Amino acid sequence: MTRKRVSLHAAMILCLSFPALAQIDLSGSWASKNHEDALERGAGPNPDDFAGIPFNESGRAKALSYMQSQISMPERICAFYSQWHMMVGTFGIKIWNETDRLTGKTIAWVVGEWEDRAPMVIWMDGRPHPSKNAPHSQEGFTTGTWDGNVLTSYTTHMLTGYLRRNGAMTSDQATITIHFIKHGDLLTLAAQLDDPIYLTEPYYITRSYVPSPTLMNALAPSCIVGDEGVPVGSVPHFLPGKNSFLDEMTKLYGIPAEAELGGAETMYPAYRDKIKDKFAMPAKCSRNCGGPAGQ
Amino acid sequence: MPPEERISMGYRFANIFGVLTAAMALPLVLQAQGGGRGGPPSAKAVAPIDLTGYWVSIVDEDWRFRMVTPTPGDYQGVPMTAASKKVADGWDPAKDEASGDLCKSYGAPAILRVPEHLHFSWQDDATMRLDTDAGTQTRLFHFGAWKAPTGPPTLQGDSLASWEITSAGRGGPAPNPDAPPQGKGSLKVVTSHLKAGYLRKNGVPYSENAELTEYYDMLKERNGDVMLVVTIVTTDPQYLREPFIISSHFKKQADNAGWKPTPCSARW
Repeated sequence: MTRKRVSLHAAMILCLSFPALAQIDLSGSWASKNHEDALERGAGPNPDDFAGIPFNESGRAKALSYMQSQISMPERICAFYSQWHMMVGTFGIKIWNETDRLTGKTIAWVVGEWEDRAPMVIWMDGRPHPSKNAPHSQEGFTTGTWDGNVLTSYTTHMLTGYLRRNGAMTSDQATITIHFIKHGDLLTLAAQLDDPIYLTEPYYITRSYVPSPTLMNALAPSCIVGDEGVPVGSVPHFLPGKNSFLDEMTKLYGIPAEAELGGAETMYPAYRDKIKDKFAMPAKCSRNCGGPAGQ
Repeated sequence: MPPEERISMGYRFANIFGVLTAAMALPLVLQAQGGGRGGPPSAKAVAPIDLTGYWVSIVDEDWRFRMVTPTPGDYQGVPMTAASKKVADGWDPAKDEASGDLCKSYGAPAILRVPEHLHFSWQDDATMRLDTDAGTQTRLFHFGAWKAPTGPPTLQGDSLASWEITSAGRGGPAPNPDAPPQGKGSLKVVTSHLKAGYLRKNGVPYSENAELTEYYDMLKERNGDVMLVVTIVTTDPQYLREPFIISSHFKKQADNAGWKPTPCSARW
Protein backbone atom coordinates (compact mmCIF):
# COMPACT_ATOMS: atom_id res chain seq x y z
CA MET A 1 0.00 0.00 0.00
CA THR A 2 1.48 3.31 -0.99
CA ARG A 3 1.40 6.36 1.20
CA LYS A 4 -0.96 7.99 -1.26
CA ARG A 5 -3.43 5.14 -1.00
CA VAL A 6 -3.10 5.01 2.76
CA SER A 7 -3.82 8.71 2.95
CA LEU A 8 -6.83 8.26 0.74
CA HIS A 9 -8.13 5.49 2.95
CA ALA A 10 -7.51 7.55 6.04
CA ALA A 11 -9.34 10.47 4.54
CA MET A 12 -12.26 8.24 3.66
CA ILE A 13 -12.36 6.87 7.21
CA LEU A 14 -12.36 10.40 8.55
CA CYS A 15 -15.22 11.33 6.28
CA LEU A 16 -17.21 8.35 7.51
CA SER A 17 -16.44 9.03 11.14
CA PHE A 18 -17.15 12.74 11.13
CA PRO A 19 -20.17 13.97 9.27
CA ALA A 20 -19.52 17.21 7.52
CA LEU A 21 -20.15 20.35 9.48
CA ALA A 22 -23.83 20.63 10.12
CA GLN A 23 -24.74 22.41 6.90
CA ILE A 24 -26.66 19.93 4.79
CA ASP A 25 -27.77 20.02 1.20
CA LEU A 26 -31.26 21.41 0.70
CA SER A 27 -30.88 21.90 -3.00
CA GLY A 28 -33.24 20.38 -5.52
CA SER A 29 -36.80 20.41 -6.74
CA TRP A 30 -39.32 19.88 -3.97
CA ALA A 31 -42.93 18.96 -4.64
CA SER A 32 -45.48 20.25 -2.16
CA LYS A 33 -47.71 17.74 -0.43
CA ASN A 34 -50.91 19.63 0.06
CA HIS A 35 -52.58 17.06 2.24
CA GLU A 36 -53.29 19.70 4.86
CA ASP A 37 -54.96 23.02 4.14
CA ALA A 38 -55.68 21.59 0.72
CA LEU A 39 -58.37 24.10 -0.15
CA GLU A 40 -56.34 27.05 1.05
CA ARG A 41 -53.28 26.00 -0.92
CA GLY A 42 -55.29 24.95 -3.94
CA ALA A 43 -58.36 26.77 -5.15
CA GLY A 44 -58.09 29.21 -2.28
CA PRO A 45 -59.77 29.53 1.10
CA ASN A 46 -63.40 30.33 1.61
CA PRO A 47 -63.82 34.12 1.60
CA ASP A 48 -64.89 34.28 5.23
CA ASP A 49 -62.51 31.69 6.65
CA PHE A 50 -60.40 33.52 9.19
CA ALA A 51 -60.60 30.81 11.86
CA GLY A 52 -57.28 30.15 13.52
CA ILE A 53 -55.81 33.56 12.68
CA PRO A 54 -54.76 35.55 15.77
CA PHE A 55 -56.23 38.78 14.44
CA ASN A 56 -56.40 41.99 16.35
CA GLU A 57 -59.27 44.33 15.55
CA SER A 58 -57.30 46.06 12.79
CA GLY A 59 -56.44 42.80 11.11
CA ARG A 60 -60.02 41.61 11.24
CA ALA A 61 -61.42 44.91 9.97
CA LYS A 62 -58.92 44.93 7.12
CA ALA A 63 -59.86 41.39 6.15
CA LEU A 64 -63.58 42.03 6.27
CA SER A 65 -63.25 45.03 3.99
CA TYR A 66 -61.55 42.94 1.33
CA MET A 67 -63.17 42.23 -2.00
CA GLN A 68 -61.53 39.79 -4.39
CA SER A 69 -61.63 42.29 -7.24
CA GLN A 70 -58.86 44.21 -5.51
CA ILE A 71 -56.32 42.00 -7.23
CA SER A 72 -57.42 43.59 -10.49
CA MET A 73 -56.18 46.99 -9.37
CA PRO A 74 -52.82 47.92 -10.87
CA GLU A 75 -51.74 49.23 -7.48
CA ARG A 76 -52.57 45.99 -5.71
CA ILE A 77 -52.12 43.19 -8.21
CA CYS A 78 -48.79 42.32 -6.63
CA ALA A 79 -49.91 43.00 -3.10
CA PHE A 80 -50.50 39.39 -2.25
CA TYR A 81 -47.14 37.94 -3.05
CA SER A 82 -44.87 38.50 -0.15
CA GLN A 83 -42.54 35.70 0.90
CA TRP A 84 -45.39 34.26 2.99
CA HIS A 85 -46.82 32.98 -0.29
CA MET A 86 -44.25 30.20 -0.05
CA MET A 87 -46.06 28.87 3.00
CA VAL A 88 -49.63 29.14 1.76
CA GLY A 89 -49.39 28.92 -2.01
CA THR A 90 -49.98 25.89 -4.16
CA PHE A 91 -46.67 25.02 -5.66
CA GLY A 92 -43.44 23.28 -4.89
CA ILE A 93 -40.12 25.00 -4.46
CA LYS A 94 -36.75 24.92 -6.12
CA ILE A 95 -33.77 25.44 -3.82
CA TRP A 96 -30.14 25.96 -4.65
CA ASN A 97 -27.06 27.46 -3.06
CA GLU A 98 -24.88 30.28 -4.33
CA THR A 99 -21.21 29.92 -3.58
CA ASP A 100 -18.29 32.26 -3.38
CA ARG A 101 -16.10 31.17 -6.29
CA LEU A 102 -12.91 31.91 -4.44
CA THR A 103 -13.63 30.23 -1.15
CA GLY A 104 -16.27 27.73 -2.17
CA LYS A 105 -18.37 28.77 0.79
CA THR A 106 -22.12 29.06 0.48
CA ILE A 107 -22.98 32.72 0.67
CA ALA A 108 -26.71 32.28 0.10
CA TRP A 109 -29.45 29.72 -0.24
CA VAL A 110 -32.06 30.64 -2.78
CA VAL A 111 -35.67 29.52 -2.87
CA GLY A 112 -36.57 30.25 -6.45
CA GLU A 113 -39.42 32.48 -7.47
CA TRP A 114 -42.69 30.89 -8.38
CA GLU A 115 -45.83 32.30 -9.83
CA ASP A 116 -45.81 35.83 -8.50
CA ARG A 117 -43.57 35.36 -5.48
CA ALA A 118 -40.12 36.85 -5.77
CA PRO A 119 -37.12 34.63 -5.06
CA MET A 120 -36.08 34.33 -1.45
CA VAL A 121 -32.34 34.89 -1.20
CA ILE A 122 -31.23 33.72 2.22
CA TRP A 123 -27.93 35.40 2.89
CA MET A 124 -25.58 33.19 4.88
CA ASP A 125 -22.52 35.43 4.90
CA GLY A 126 -23.32 37.34 8.05
CA ARG A 127 -24.44 40.55 6.42
CA PRO A 128 -26.81 42.60 8.58
CA HIS A 129 -30.41 43.43 7.79
CA PRO A 130 -30.93 46.89 6.36
CA SER A 131 -31.83 49.85 8.51
CA LYS A 132 -35.42 49.92 9.69
CA ASN A 133 -35.82 52.98 7.50
CA ALA A 134 -34.63 51.24 4.36
CA PRO A 135 -37.12 50.73 1.52
CA HIS A 136 -39.26 47.63 1.58
CA SER A 137 -39.79 45.36 -1.40
CA GLN A 138 -41.92 42.45 -2.45
CA GLU A 139 -38.91 40.20 -1.92
CA GLY A 140 -37.92 41.59 1.44
CA PHE A 141 -34.54 40.86 2.94
CA THR A 142 -33.62 37.48 4.36
CA THR A 143 -30.71 36.13 6.35
CA GLY A 144 -30.12 32.61 7.55
CA THR A 145 -28.26 30.55 10.10
CA TRP A 146 -27.69 26.86 10.59
CA ASP A 147 -28.68 25.37 13.91
CA GLY A 148 -27.35 21.86 13.60
CA ASN A 149 -29.00 20.50 10.48
CA VAL A 150 -31.85 23.01 10.53
CA LEU A 151 -31.63 26.12 8.39
CA THR A 152 -33.47 29.05 9.93
CA SER A 153 -34.27 32.07 7.78
CA TYR A 154 -35.49 35.45 8.92
CA THR A 155 -37.19 37.87 6.54
CA THR A 156 -37.83 41.57 7.08
CA HIS A 157 -38.51 44.61 4.88
CA MET A 158 -41.40 43.12 2.94
CA LEU A 159 -44.27 45.02 1.43
CA THR A 160 -47.76 44.30 2.62
CA GLY A 161 -48.99 40.90 1.48
CA TYR A 162 -51.57 38.31 2.26
CA LEU A 163 -51.70 35.90 5.16
CA ARG A 164 -54.50 33.92 3.54
CA ARG A 165 -55.72 34.45 0.02
CA ASN A 166 -59.03 35.79 1.19
CA GLY A 167 -58.11 39.23 2.42
CA ALA A 168 -56.35 38.34 5.66
CA MET A 169 -53.34 40.59 5.22
CA THR A 170 -49.87 41.12 6.56
CA SER A 171 -48.48 44.58 7.07
CA ASP A 172 -45.13 45.89 5.92
CA GLN A 173 -43.95 45.49 9.51
CA ALA A 174 -44.43 41.73 9.37
CA THR A 175 -41.45 39.41 9.69
CA ILE A 176 -41.17 35.74 8.82
CA THR A 177 -39.02 33.07 10.43
CA ILE A 178 -38.83 29.76 8.57
CA HIS A 179 -37.11 26.58 9.72
CA PHE A 180 -36.08 24.23 6.92
CA ILE A 181 -36.04 20.75 8.45
CA LYS A 182 -34.90 17.77 6.41
CA HIS A 183 -35.45 14.15 7.33
CA GLY A 184 -34.30 11.83 4.60
CA ASP A 185 -36.51 12.57 1.61
CA LEU A 186 -38.84 14.80 3.59
CA LEU A 187 -38.49 18.55 3.83
CA THR A 188 -40.69 20.27 6.39
CA LEU A 189 -40.96 24.03 6.65
CA ALA A 190 -42.13 25.49 9.94
CA ALA A 191 -42.89 29.19 9.72
CA GLN A 192 -43.74 31.89 12.18
CA LEU A 193 -45.30 35.12 10.99
CA ASP A 194 -45.05 38.06 13.38
CA ASP A 195 -47.04 41.16 12.63
CA PRO A 196 -47.41 43.91 15.23
CA ILE A 197 -49.99 45.71 13.10
CA TYR A 198 -52.56 42.97 12.45
CA LEU A 199 -51.87 40.09 14.87
CA THR A 200 -51.94 39.68 18.64
CA GLU A 201 -49.78 36.53 18.57
CA PRO A 202 -47.49 34.90 16.03
CA TYR A 203 -49.20 32.92 13.29
CA TYR A 204 -47.53 29.54 12.90
CA ILE A 205 -47.94 27.00 10.13
CA THR A 206 -45.99 24.09 8.72
CA ARG A 207 -45.91 22.26 5.41
CA SER A 208 -44.00 19.37 3.89
CA TYR A 209 -42.33 18.61 0.59
CA VAL A 210 -40.89 15.53 -1.09
CA PRO A 211 -38.32 15.40 -3.90
CA SER A 212 -39.91 16.18 -7.23
CA PRO A 213 -39.37 13.48 -9.85
CA THR A 214 -39.19 16.16 -12.51
CA LEU A 215 -37.08 19.27 -12.79
CA MET A 216 -38.86 22.18 -11.26
CA ASN A 217 -37.45 25.34 -12.72
CA ALA A 218 -38.14 28.57 -10.97
CA LEU A 219 -40.65 30.58 -12.91
CA ALA A 220 -39.93 34.20 -13.61
CA PRO A 221 -40.75 36.95 -13.75
CA SER A 222 -42.32 37.71 -10.44
CA CYS A 223 -45.43 39.79 -10.21
CA ILE A 224 -45.63 42.60 -12.75
CA VAL A 225 -48.03 45.46 -12.35
CA GLY A 226 -50.38 45.85 -15.27
CA ASP A 227 -53.74 47.31 -16.07
CA GLU A 228 -56.25 44.62 -15.22
CA GLY A 229 -59.30 46.66 -15.95
CA VAL A 230 -60.53 48.09 -12.68
CA PRO A 231 -61.47 51.70 -13.27
CA VAL A 232 -58.91 54.20 -12.06
CA GLY A 233 -59.80 55.48 -8.63
CA SER A 234 -61.97 52.50 -7.80
CA VAL A 235 -61.14 50.31 -4.79
CA PRO A 236 -63.44 47.30 -4.59
CA HIS A 237 -64.30 46.78 -0.96
CA PHE A 238 -66.92 46.00 1.65
CA LEU A 239 -67.90 48.69 4.11
CA PRO A 240 -67.88 47.71 7.78
CA GLY A 241 -70.66 45.24 8.52
CA LYS A 242 -71.46 44.73 4.85
CA ASN A 243 -69.29 41.73 3.93
CA SER A 244 -71.73 39.50 2.11
CA PHE A 245 -69.75 36.29 2.59
CA LEU A 246 -69.88 36.16 6.34
CA ASP A 247 -72.22 33.22 6.60
CA GLU A 248 -70.52 30.96 4.08
CA MET A 249 -68.60 28.83 6.58
CA THR A 250 -71.77 28.40 8.59
CA LYS A 251 -73.73 27.30 5.55
CA LEU A 252 -71.04 24.95 4.27
CA TYR A 253 -69.68 23.47 7.47
CA GLY A 254 -71.94 24.52 10.31
CA ILE A 255 -69.14 26.56 11.86
CA PRO A 256 -70.46 29.31 14.16
CA ALA A 257 -70.11 32.77 12.69
CA GLU A 258 -68.00 34.00 15.59
CA ALA A 259 -65.33 31.36 14.85
CA GLU A 260 -65.01 32.52 11.24
CA LEU A 261 -63.78 35.88 12.45
CA GLY A 262 -60.62 34.45 13.95
CA GLY A 263 -58.76 35.79 16.96
CA ALA A 264 -56.08 34.11 19.00
CA GLU A 265 -58.50 32.05 21.05
CA THR A 266 -59.63 30.22 17.90
CA MET A 267 -56.17 28.63 17.68
CA TYR A 268 -56.39 26.81 20.99
CA PRO A 269 -58.16 23.59 22.02
CA ALA A 270 -60.20 25.30 24.74
CA TYR A 271 -62.09 27.18 22.05
CA ARG A 272 -63.91 23.99 21.15
CA ASP A 273 -65.81 24.18 24.43
CA LYS A 274 -67.01 27.65 23.51
CA ILE A 275 -68.51 26.66 20.18
CA LYS A 276 -69.60 23.11 20.87
CA ASP A 277 -73.24 23.94 21.47
CA LYS A 278 -73.37 26.32 18.51
CA PHE A 279 -72.02 23.85 16.00
CA ALA A 280 -74.51 22.13 13.73
CA MET A 281 -72.98 19.51 11.45
CA PRO A 282 -74.39 19.64 7.93
CA ALA A 283 -75.78 16.44 6.49
CA LYS A 284 -73.40 16.24 3.57
CA CYS A 285 -70.43 18.01 2.04
CA SER A 286 -71.57 20.11 -0.87
CA ARG A 287 -68.47 21.82 -2.23
CA ASN A 288 -64.73 21.09 -2.55
CA CYS A 289 -65.16 17.69 -0.97
CA GLY A 290 -62.04 15.92 -2.24
CA GLY A 291 -61.95 12.15 -2.38
CA PRO A 292 -60.32 9.73 -4.84
CA ALA A 293 -61.18 11.88 -7.84
CA GLY A 294 -59.62 15.01 -6.46
CA GLN A 295 -57.81 15.86 -3.30
CA MET B 1 13.27 4.71 -0.89
CA PRO B 2 13.20 0.89 -1.38
CA PRO B 3 9.73 -0.53 -1.99
CA GLU B 4 9.66 -2.64 1.20
CA GLU B 5 10.60 0.38 3.30
CA ARG B 6 7.93 2.43 1.57
CA ILE B 7 5.35 -0.24 2.33
CA SER B 8 6.49 -0.49 5.94
CA MET B 9 6.26 3.27 6.32
CA GLY B 10 2.86 3.20 4.71
CA TYR B 11 1.62 0.64 7.21
CA ARG B 12 3.05 2.63 10.12
CA PHE B 13 1.30 5.69 8.77
CA ALA B 14 -1.91 3.72 8.39
CA ASN B 15 -1.64 2.37 11.91
CA ILE B 16 -1.06 5.80 13.42
CA PHE B 17 -3.85 7.27 11.37
CA GLY B 18 -6.14 4.42 12.27
CA VAL B 19 -5.54 4.84 15.99
CA LEU B 20 -6.01 8.59 15.75
CA THR B 21 -9.16 8.20 13.72
CA ALA B 22 -10.62 5.71 16.13
CA ALA B 23 -9.77 7.90 19.09
CA MET B 24 -11.31 10.97 17.52
CA ALA B 25 -14.38 9.13 16.33
CA LEU B 26 -15.04 7.42 19.64
CA PRO B 27 -17.02 10.20 21.34
CA LEU B 28 -19.34 10.48 18.38
CA VAL B 29 -19.89 6.75 18.23
CA LEU B 30 -20.51 6.66 21.95
CA GLN B 31 -22.97 9.45 21.64
CA ALA B 32 -24.83 7.88 18.78
CA GLN B 33 -24.77 4.24 19.80
CA GLY B 34 -24.82 4.46 23.50
CA GLY B 35 -21.50 2.89 24.27
CA GLY B 36 -19.57 3.93 27.32
CA ARG B 37 -17.96 2.94 30.58
CA GLY B 38 -20.25 0.85 32.74
CA GLY B 39 -22.61 -0.05 29.92
CA PRO B 40 -24.37 1.94 27.30
CA PRO B 41 -26.02 5.16 28.41
CA SER B 42 -29.77 5.04 28.21
CA ALA B 43 -31.97 6.67 25.61
CA LYS B 44 -33.01 9.09 28.30
CA ALA B 45 -29.40 9.95 29.08
CA VAL B 46 -28.42 10.64 25.48
CA ALA B 47 -31.60 12.50 24.53
CA PRO B 48 -30.51 15.45 22.38
CA ILE B 49 -33.74 17.32 23.10
CA ASP B 50 -35.96 17.44 26.13
CA LEU B 51 -39.56 16.83 25.12
CA THR B 52 -40.79 16.30 28.66
CA GLY B 53 -43.48 18.59 29.93
CA TYR B 54 -46.73 20.01 28.61
CA TRP B 55 -47.54 21.21 25.11
CA VAL B 56 -50.65 22.70 23.56
CA SER B 57 -51.90 22.32 19.98
CA ILE B 58 -51.85 25.40 17.80
CA VAL B 59 -54.71 24.83 15.40
CA ASP B 60 -54.41 27.10 12.39
CA GLU B 61 -54.23 24.40 9.73
CA ASP B 62 -57.10 22.13 8.69
CA TRP B 63 -59.22 24.07 11.16
CA ARG B 64 -62.54 22.83 9.85
CA PHE B 65 -61.41 19.21 10.08
CA ARG B 66 -60.05 19.52 13.58
CA MET B 67 -61.83 22.11 15.69
CA VAL B 68 -65.29 20.93 14.69
CA THR B 69 -66.49 17.60 13.38
CA PRO B 70 -65.82 17.53 9.66
CA THR B 71 -68.84 17.39 7.43
CA PRO B 72 -69.77 13.91 6.20
CA GLY B 73 -68.23 13.42 2.79
CA ASP B 74 -65.64 16.18 3.19
CA TYR B 75 -62.40 14.37 2.44
CA GLN B 76 -60.34 17.14 0.98
CA GLY B 77 -56.58 16.66 1.09
CA VAL B 78 -56.55 12.94 1.88
CA PRO B 79 -55.17 10.77 -0.96
CA MET B 80 -57.94 8.22 -0.59
CA THR B 81 -58.49 5.09 -2.59
CA ALA B 82 -61.91 4.25 -3.94
CA ALA B 83 -62.20 1.60 -1.22
CA SER B 84 -61.48 4.26 1.37
CA LYS B 85 -64.24 6.51 0.09
CA LYS B 86 -66.68 3.66 0.16
CA VAL B 87 -65.92 3.03 3.82
CA ALA B 88 -65.95 6.73 4.67
CA ASP B 89 -69.27 7.29 2.93
CA GLY B 90 -70.75 4.76 5.32
CA TRP B 91 -69.57 6.61 8.42
CA ASP B 92 -72.15 6.33 11.15
CA PRO B 93 -71.13 7.65 14.58
CA ALA B 94 -74.19 6.04 16.15
CA LYS B 95 -72.93 2.68 15.02
CA ASP B 96 -69.51 3.37 16.53
CA GLU B 97 -71.17 4.40 19.76
CA ALA B 98 -73.28 1.28 19.81
CA SER B 99 -70.21 -0.91 19.38
CA GLY B 100 -68.19 1.02 21.92
CA ASP B 101 -65.72 2.23 19.28
CA LEU B 102 -65.63 5.81 20.44
CA CYS B 103 -61.89 6.20 20.00
CA LYS B 104 -61.48 5.39 16.32
CA SER B 105 -60.37 8.96 15.53
CA TYR B 106 -57.85 8.97 18.39
CA GLY B 107 -55.44 6.32 17.07
CA ALA B 108 -51.77 7.01 16.50
CA PRO B 109 -52.14 8.27 12.89
CA ALA B 110 -54.74 10.84 13.96
CA ILE B 111 -54.09 11.66 17.58
CA LEU B 112 -51.68 14.52 16.95
CA ARG B 113 -54.28 16.28 14.77
CA VAL B 114 -56.75 16.40 17.63
CA PRO B 115 -56.85 19.79 19.40
CA GLU B 116 -55.31 18.86 22.72
CA HIS B 117 -52.59 19.11 25.28
CA LEU B 118 -49.68 16.69 25.28
CA HIS B 119 -47.65 15.50 28.22
CA PHE B 120 -44.31 13.84 27.58
CA SER B 121 -42.52 11.94 30.33
CA TRP B 122 -40.07 9.08 30.71
CA GLN B 123 -41.74 5.88 31.82
CA ASP B 124 -38.31 4.36 32.24
CA ASP B 125 -34.86 4.97 30.80
CA ALA B 126 -35.79 3.40 27.48
CA THR B 127 -39.45 4.32 27.15
CA MET B 128 -40.89 7.74 26.50
CA ARG B 129 -44.54 8.19 27.35
CA LEU B 130 -46.90 10.57 25.59
CA ASP B 131 -50.27 11.29 27.16
CA THR B 132 -53.03 13.36 25.62
CA ASP B 133 -55.86 15.04 27.45
CA ALA B 134 -58.21 14.74 24.48
CA GLY B 135 -59.37 11.14 24.42
CA THR B 136 -57.03 10.34 27.36
CA GLN B 137 -54.72 8.36 25.13
CA THR B 138 -51.25 7.06 25.96
CA ARG B 139 -48.50 6.32 23.50
CA LEU B 140 -45.28 4.55 24.46
CA PHE B 141 -42.13 5.14 22.43
CA HIS B 142 -39.70 2.27 22.92
CA PHE B 143 -36.00 2.79 22.31
CA GLY B 144 -33.36 0.17 21.72
CA ALA B 145 -33.96 -3.51 21.18
CA TRP B 146 -37.53 -3.56 22.43
CA LYS B 147 -39.60 -6.49 21.28
CA ALA B 148 -43.26 -5.86 20.59
CA PRO B 149 -45.62 -8.12 22.50
CA THR B 150 -47.82 -10.50 20.58
CA GLY B 151 -51.53 -9.94 20.61
CA PRO B 152 -54.18 -8.07 18.71
CA PRO B 153 -53.37 -4.70 17.18
CA THR B 154 -54.03 -1.67 19.29
CA LEU B 155 -55.19 1.90 18.81
CA GLN B 156 -51.73 3.32 19.48
CA GLY B 157 -49.82 0.39 17.98
CA ASP B 158 -46.23 -0.55 18.69
CA SER B 159 -43.81 2.34 18.45
CA LEU B 160 -40.06 2.02 17.99
CA ALA B 161 -38.17 5.19 18.74
CA SER B 162 -34.69 6.43 17.97
CA TRP B 163 -32.81 9.67 18.32
CA GLU B 164 -31.45 11.37 15.27
CA ILE B 165 -28.52 13.16 16.85
CA THR B 166 -26.89 16.05 15.09
CA SER B 167 -23.11 15.85 15.17
CA ALA B 168 -21.05 18.99 15.24
CA GLY B 169 -18.49 17.21 13.11
CA ARG B 170 -14.74 17.50 13.03
CA GLY B 171 -13.57 20.93 13.88
CA GLY B 172 -17.03 21.99 14.87
CA PRO B 173 -17.74 23.86 18.05
CA ALA B 174 -18.15 22.05 21.33
CA PRO B 175 -21.77 21.33 22.26
CA ASN B 176 -23.38 24.47 23.58
CA PRO B 177 -26.01 23.78 26.23
CA ASP B 178 -27.62 27.12 25.45
CA ALA B 179 -27.94 26.38 21.74
CA PRO B 180 -31.48 26.22 20.40
CA PRO B 181 -33.03 22.76 20.40
CA GLN B 182 -33.21 22.64 16.63
CA GLY B 183 -29.44 22.31 16.62
CA LYS B 184 -29.33 19.13 18.57
CA GLY B 185 -31.41 16.41 17.01
CA SER B 186 -34.81 14.86 16.51
CA LEU B 187 -36.94 11.99 17.69
CA LYS B 188 -37.99 9.45 15.09
CA VAL B 189 -40.89 7.12 15.85
CA VAL B 190 -42.07 4.25 13.67
CA THR B 191 -45.42 2.74 14.59
CA SER B 192 -47.11 -0.42 13.30
CA HIS B 193 -49.50 -3.12 14.52
CA LEU B 194 -52.32 -0.61 14.53
CA LYS B 195 -55.96 -1.31 15.05
CA ALA B 196 -57.98 0.20 12.20
CA GLY B 197 -59.33 3.68 12.81
CA TYR B 198 -60.10 7.07 11.32
CA LEU B 199 -57.67 9.64 9.96
CA ARG B 200 -60.46 12.17 10.37
CA LYS B 201 -63.44 12.01 12.63
CA ASN B 202 -65.86 11.82 9.70
CA GLY B 203 -64.83 8.27 8.97
CA VAL B 204 -61.84 8.58 6.61
CA PRO B 205 -60.35 5.17 7.39
CA TYR B 206 -56.93 3.68 7.86
CA SER B 207 -56.55 -0.07 7.98
CA GLU B 208 -54.60 -2.47 10.17
CA ASN B 209 -51.95 -2.42 7.45
CA ALA B 210 -51.22 1.24 8.08
CA GLU B 211 -47.80 2.27 9.28
CA LEU B 212 -46.72 5.55 10.70
CA THR B 213 -43.39 7.37 10.67
CA GLU B 214 -43.05 10.54 12.70
CA TYR B 215 -40.27 13.06 13.25
CA TYR B 216 -40.40 15.24 16.35
CA ASP B 217 -38.45 18.49 16.09
CA MET B 218 -38.15 21.16 18.76
CA LEU B 219 -37.66 24.73 17.60
CA LYS B 220 -36.98 27.87 19.54
CA GLU B 221 -38.50 30.99 18.05
CA ARG B 222 -37.29 34.57 18.19
CA ASN B 223 -39.95 35.52 20.74
CA GLY B 224 -38.79 32.74 23.06
CA ASP B 225 -41.59 30.31 22.25
CA VAL B 226 -40.50 26.71 22.04
CA MET B 227 -42.41 24.81 19.41
CA LEU B 228 -42.74 21.12 18.67
CA VAL B 229 -43.22 20.27 15.00
CA VAL B 230 -44.20 16.70 14.23
CA THR B 231 -43.99 15.57 10.63
CA ILE B 232 -46.35 12.64 10.23
CA VAL B 233 -46.24 10.16 7.37
CA THR B 234 -48.96 7.52 7.21
CA THR B 235 -48.84 4.74 4.66
CA ASP B 236 -51.70 2.35 4.04
CA PRO B 237 -51.78 0.17 0.92
CA GLN B 238 -55.47 -0.43 1.45
CA TYR B 239 -56.85 3.04 1.88
CA LEU B 240 -54.20 5.52 0.73
CA ARG B 241 -52.94 6.05 -2.82
CA GLU B 242 -49.73 7.58 -1.56
CA PRO B 243 -48.22 8.44 1.82
CA PHE B 244 -50.41 10.89 3.71
CA ILE B 245 -48.00 13.61 4.85
CA ILE B 246 -48.96 16.27 7.34
CA SER B 247 -47.25 18.18 10.11
CA SER B 248 -48.70 19.26 13.43
CA HIS B 249 -47.29 21.84 15.79
CA PHE B 250 -47.51 22.49 19.50
CA LYS B 251 -46.31 25.21 21.85
CA LYS B 252 -44.43 24.40 25.03
CA GLN B 253 -46.18 25.32 28.25
CA ALA B 254 -44.57 26.17 31.54
CA ASP B 255 -47.02 23.96 33.40
CA ASN B 256 -50.16 21.88 32.95
CA ALA B 257 -52.45 24.85 32.38
CA GLY B 258 -55.48 23.79 30.38
CA TRP B 259 -54.88 20.10 30.90
CA LYS B 260 -58.38 18.68 30.78
CA PRO B 261 -58.72 14.93 30.31
CA THR B 262 -61.79 14.16 28.27
CA PRO B 263 -63.07 10.82 27.00
CA CYS B 264 -63.19 9.89 23.35
CA SER B 265 -66.18 11.04 21.37
CA ALA B 266 -67.45 9.66 18.10
CA ARG B 267 -69.28 12.89 17.28
CA TRP B 268 -67.23 15.82 18.66
